[in-house]
Amino acid sequence: MSELATSPAIGDENPVSSASAPAEPRPKQLSQWGEIRHRFVQNKLAVVGLFIIAALFLTAAFGEMLAPFDPAAQDLENTLASPNGTHWMGTDALGRDMFSRLIAGTRVAMFVGLASIFFAVLIGVALGAIAGYFAGFADTLVMRIADVFLAFPLMIGAVVIILVTGRGITPVIISLAIFSWATVSRLLRSSILSVREMDYVHAAKALGASGWRIVRTHILPNSMTAVLVYATFNVGTTIVGVAALSFLGAGVPVDVPEWGNMLAAGQGFIGVNDYLWVFPSLFVVVTVLGFAFVGDGLRDALDPKLR
Amino acid sequence: MAELTKNATEREPILQVRNLVKHFPLTQGILFKKQVGAVKAVDGVSFDLYQGETLGIVGESGCGKSTVAKLLMNLERATAGEVFYKGQDISKLSGRALKAVRRNIQMVFQDPYTSLNPRMTVGDIIGEPYEIHPEVAPKGSRRQKVQELLDVVGLNPEYINRYPHQFSGGQRQRIGIARGLALQPEIIICDEPVSALDVSVQAQVINLMEKLQDEFNLSYLFIAHDLSIVRHISDRVGVMYLGKMAEIGTDAEIYEHPTHPYTQALLSAVPVPDPDAREGRERIILTGDVPSPANPPSGCRFRTRCWKAEEKCSVEEPLLAIPERFKGLQTLAAHESACHFAEEKAILAV
Amino acid sequence: MPRDNISKQDEGGGVTTSEILSVAETGGGSAVPLLEVDNLQVEFKTRDGVAKAVNGVSYSVSAGETLAVLGESGSGKSVTAQAIMGILDSPPGRVSGGEVRFHGKDILKMSDEERRKLRGNKMAMIFQDALSSLNPVYSVGDQLGEMFRVHRGASKKDAKLKAIELMDRVKIPAAKARVGDYPHQFSGGMRQRIMIAMALALEPDLIIADEPTTALDVTVQAQVMDLLAELQREMNMGLILITHDLGVVADVADKIAVMYAGRIVETAPVHEIYKRPSHPYTRGLLDSIPRLDQKGQELYAIKGLPPNLLRIPAGCAFSPRCPKAQDICRTEIPVLHPVTEQDGTELPGRGSACHFWKEQIHG
Repeated sequence: MSELATSPAIGDENPVSSASAPAEPRPKQLSQWGEIRHRFVQNKLAVVGLFIIAALFLTAAFGEMLAPFDPAAQDLENTLASPNGTHWMGTDALGRDMFSRLIAGTRVAMFVGLASIFFAVLIGVALGAIAGYFAGFADTLVMRIADVFLAFPLMIGAVVIILVTGRGITPVIISLAIFSWATVSRLLRSSILSVREMDYVHAAKALGASGWRIVRTHILPNSMTAVLVYATFNVGTTIVGVAALSFLGAGVPVDVPEWGNMLAAGQGFIGVNDYLWVFPSLFVVVTVLGFAFVGDGLRDALDPKLR
Repeated sequence: MAELTKNATEREPILQVRNLVKHFPLTQGILFKKQVGAVKAVDGVSFDLYQGETLGIVGESGCGKSTVAKLLMNLERATAGEVFYKGQDISKLSGRALKAVRRNIQMVFQDPYTSLNPRMTVGDIIGEPYEIHPEVAPKGSRRQKVQELLDVVGLNPEYINRYPHQFSGGQRQRIGIARGLALQPEIIICDEPVSALDVSVQAQVINLMEKLQDEFNLSYLFIAHDLSIVRHISDRVGVMYLGKMAEIGTDAEIYEHPTHPYTQALLSAVPVPDPDAREGRERIILTGDVPSPANPPSGCRFRTRCWKAEEKCSVEEPLLAIPERFKGLQTLAAHESACHFAEEKAILAV
Repeated sequence: MPRDNISKQDEGGGVTTSEILSVAETGGGSAVPLLEVDNLQVEFKTRDGVAKAVNGVSYSVSAGETLAVLGESGSGKSVTAQAIMGILDSPPGRVSGGEVRFHGKDILKMSDEERRKLRGNKMAMIFQDALSSLNPVYSVGDQLGEMFRVHRGASKKDAKLKAIELMDRVKIPAAKARVGDYPHQFSGGMRQRIMIAMALALEPDLIIADEPTTALDVTVQAQVMDLLAELQREMNMGLILITHDLGVVADVADKIAVMYAGRIVETAPVHEIYKRPSHPYTRGLLDSIPRLDQKGQELYAIKGLPPNLLRIPAGCAFSPRCPKAQDICRTEIPVLHPVTEQDGTELPGRGSACHFWKEQIHG
């Protein structure tokens, strides 16, 4: 039923009438970005996701102003306080304000999540483009290397790297990037392989376009969608990864206010002071959902055929 | 008048194809590939294309007709053989020299849904030839040129900022044709240009292509599987089977006096939208399927499905030539046919 | 002139297509036709609104008869078939009105369970793309045999024998040796034969073939069409052949229904439609296809595009593209009129949904 889904048929097939039909009302012109935006905002969940992400960014940027307390300040008189008027989300075993620590954790999560996805995409796109465009031996080589990285369980690989380098933000970013670029490469390669066989690429070749021009104007714009959507989705997943590493004691240093660290600290109080793990989990879940909603919305909005 | 000019220029081949061969290697192995065979997609095809004429190439899927198109466009490299454009072999060109030739030979693709980049506007698509060949049109004049082209192919020039998905299949095909015309080529290779379109829209596009041919004195190589459409648009027709040319001649020669059994079977199999014309026709129903081009039969490639096949056909490959028995005769049957036992058989009630 | 009872409402009154069509084939002799589609309506919900894919379609098929439903993409020909088979994608599709009587019983009112039992058993469908219709991970023998195991409770061994028998029947060479082969090991023509074998397995009363030969080469097309027609005759089945190809229709159909924008615009016994079409759309289609046996002049081209089903033009849906459209065509939906000779003699089986059918056929 694709015919049903096609856009308003434009004008007339008849050469005579279409060429001389200035009276025909022109539908509102939308730029490509305008159209993508239009489709994106039609997806309610995507808009919700966008708000979540915006809120996270603001929190990360202006954490100091938002936090009612210094996240590192201990108040040993007031440890393990349940949520109350002063400490909205209670205090931890050292009397630190949970809410302030969670806000501070947002910055760590967003920074590490975005940075590791950035590096993963950087490596993945470079290698995936080489594999997809040059095919042949380069393709085989890159894909076999990717297989090795995919075969290695992310958590174990990352833990090993961090055990060697020591805990810290940079090792976490690097280890997460190293173990996620392979998926990006595979995605990009497979979509390049299919785009490469599209007739518009042949048409550009037939016109005498250079290889670089073909890659830049035809292949990449049409194969990056999948990568972009994947990357958006995976910021959330990576943030979970950061938290998981910290929870396992292989993430950022214990004294850094980070959601995984807070979860780890809270696990001893399950059933006693549940707010200690409930609030950090909530932050993680909401963040993951936010990025997933936006990724979903992007996928629909970026597909020019979907209308 | 049109006839006169046609005749005057007709003796001038603009494109000569000689013994064109394309074998796609079949490989095995994961890291180190070794060749275990080859798909003989095109296996020694020769023909001429004259200025201002339409040469139709018909054949079933897998006969190699689309590969011929790709070879002529240099989208695939020929394994062997030559393609002469005005006397110059273009099949081995690359770089700047190839780019220069491309201005004169353009292509219209089959699928209007994949032949236009969905992320480019119509203006960018039709204007891309000028980006690649800036010498054809100075920057300031491009937009106007694109609008002129839209007008030429019967689309509203105001649609220049729209995206392909906002158009129907027939309109997209017009956009593809406009792109092909942008560099003012002499030859347009059309690979099944209307087969993806609805019947009522096919006629519009065919008429447009004929109009443009007259207007710009274009030579068309028109590749299609629909024999009726090929007859309608072509001056001469070549019939391909399994990588080889089986028969070639003028439209009357091929359609009214076919001498190759494959052509005869093909013609008899076409459903004619007229039950009365149907009744007078003899039907030849071929048995079996087209053999694999990776492993074609010895001798004549059609022999496995041919009702006339004899011992000789499996040993000796028939060459594309005017059959002995018709040589020097003033008959339409005297045209090139690659069959040991070529004989006339009227298939269509004329 | 029955023009006064034409109204803008959805073809309530007037003569239904099935009445016109059923006269033709039986000569009034037999009782209930095998399948009667009566004023069927199907809608699709899309992002931009409701698309009326089928707008009151009526036709009928008897045992041993072939009805060709001709139309372009978006005409509703396939959607009608899917609604009959009960395989409409829903949502977004929905049958919003009408009846489909099979052996006299309205199958639209049956439970899902009852309809499932009907499918494959009593009515079967053949699709255009045989490769995607067959499951690539099972051998064709398994897939053919499964029909007997599920519907007839046959043993594994019997099912295999039956599968071989069927493959023989659709003339697949060396059936015994190939019964264990997988779909990708067969050529396009052979796969379509397997699809036919599958449809015929349980000897259904009705076969719906949706563009069965469109994806095939001409020489193979002829083989497959011949086979289908032969088996249909042998088994005395009703056949609905859905196609866009006027040539294929001429070869095998008894009668024809031309669809445009979700309605039937013309019905006729097959021989007559080519000589004397009674609807401008049919005329246009016939004139716009090049002839194999004649080198014609410029082709006639129907101007414009098939309508967007979200915005079907008022009045006759063809009017914006029709060379003969008058004011009335843009305001009143024409119903399917019975077509008669100039002197009023009935032309059995013929109908035209054109306000000016008289001028079209006699003018």
